[in-house]
Amino acid sequence: MSGRLGNYALLLALLAAVLASFVYLGIDLGALLGGDSLSQMGQYAGGFLQPDFSPKHLHAILQGALETLAMSAIGTLLAAVLGLALALPAAGRLGWLALTGARLLLNALRAIPELVWAALVVLAAGLGPNAGTLALALHTSGVLGRLFAEALENAPKEPAEALRLGGSGQLAAFCYGTLPCVWPQLIAYALYRWENNIRMASVLGFVGAGGLGQMLHVSLSLFQEARAATVMLAMLLLVLAVDALSAWTRQRWVSA
Amino acid sequence: MLKPVLRDPAALPRLALTLLALLLLWPGLRLSELNLAVLVERDNAANMGHFVAGFWPLAHDREFLQLLGRSILETLAIATAGMALALLLALPAALLASRALSLSAMHHGGRPAWWAQAGRWPVRGLLIVLRSVPEIVWALLFVRAVGLGPTAGVLAIAITYGGMLGKVYAEIFESVDPRPSRALLMAGSPRLAAFAYGVLPNAAAEMLSYTVYRWECAIRASVVMGFVGAGGLGQQIDLSLRLFAGGEVASMLLCFLALVLLADQLSRLLRARLL
Repeated sequence: MSGRLGNYALLLALLAAVLASFVYLGIDLGALLGGDSLSQMGQYAGGFLQPDFSPKHLHAILQGALETLAMSAIGTLLAAVLGLALALPAAGRLGWLALTGARLLLNALRAIPELVWAALVVLAAGLGPNAGTLALALHTSGVLGRLFAEALENAPKEPAEALRLGGSGQLAAFCYGTLPCVWPQLIAYALYRWENNIRMASVLGFVGAGGLGQMLHVSLSLFQEARAATVMLAMLLLVLAVDALSAWTRQRWVSA
Repeated sequence: MLKPVLRDPAALPRLALTLLALLLLWPGLRLSELNLAVLVERDNAANMGHFVAGFWPLAHDREFLQLLGRSILETLAIATAGMALALLLALPAALLASRALSLSAMHHGGRPAWWAQAGRWPVRGLLIVLRSVPEIVWALLFVRAVGLGPTAGVLAIAITYGGMLGKVYAEIFESVDPRPSRALLMAGSPRLAAFAYGVLPNAAAEMLSYTVYRWECAIRASVVMGFVGAGGLGQQIDLSLRLFAGGEVASMLLCFLALVLLADQLSRLLRARLL
């Protein structure tokens, strides 16, 4: 009985929180939906209904899409390298001091979203896809580092130990004893993050970090709705294609 | 006596694979204009060093703290209000898109007739479009349409998360035991009643749990959306970044991390309570 009362209290609290949010933000839904503003929004939206399909613009979009793909691929690759470098200490292979330091660093890298990293890196490295690539690499290395560290911790120890007992060096034991056991998992994680990063790379341009996002931001800022509509279509296609491809590959290779 | 083979027998194929990968990566490197050297160039490094050095001491004067408090509350409010609107959008859409309440399905062994299924596709397509366009793109569009400020953020969250919740709700409705709702429908109850008494009791816990999880994501998203001018903590971070006010950026980033951690804990608590 008290559990049920508690549930009602919880629901009431949630409702109160929702109401308080609307009041705090001062959103006037009536003004938003009533009269003038709706027709204004309709007019604005109407500009998007005639996408610009001129060959020149399409060529620019193709370039932007390729840039987005390249940013995500290179960013993920850099992140995989950096992540593996950080995963070794984070998996406790180099003593507890390195373990604590590496985990702290990984958490910090991961906790800050890609877009915030991009805004920071744009300050340091200037506008353009370079900044986007680095931002993706920074955030993703935090994510991959943690996943890689877990994979390394769970890897069977026997093969590496056998090699060590056979007289091989530490590096060789790692490369030929541990790495082959975790290799498929590391690649699966990296590919999964790449998929995420393609989606992310297409919007990083909003803070000036290149790719399709930058095109969209520029054309929206110049009120070129027709061009913006084409860029949005391209983004949508890119995201849907990546989704379909990853679903297909997963079905083909993972669940088999 | 056997002589040890010191050469790695797999060296050649590995070398070939590496070369192939590099060959494939070359256009990528050109397109992404990757240049790590800019980070250590003297001017850039000095600028960045100066900026990062400004991180300490954290900004903590009274006025700034008040501003910080307001923007944190705003971020929370954007996420909550956005989720409320998303629910309003998601529930009807899920009811329309789900085949859990299909009348024609009952006579065809659980598979709805083709025309009924075709009628569901427009709703499903709409949901796909709503959730496939990233929330920050919606935010940018709404900033242009309704002006800078939290309203754009609320609408962007409502639309993207409405699309996500709608799809997931529809799937949850289909995944629960169909027998209670089928019995009700067979006995002649209207579809909404069959939903409320046949489907909802079994689906509510999972729906609530997913909604709370999405609320947690919405907090993160609303911070990020601030960078295009949709209000909240993100907008303040963007402003301080442009002013090169390192101390303020550091304080706000720390607050953001604390906020995400808190939301994570709260959502875990709520989900444990509700399930």
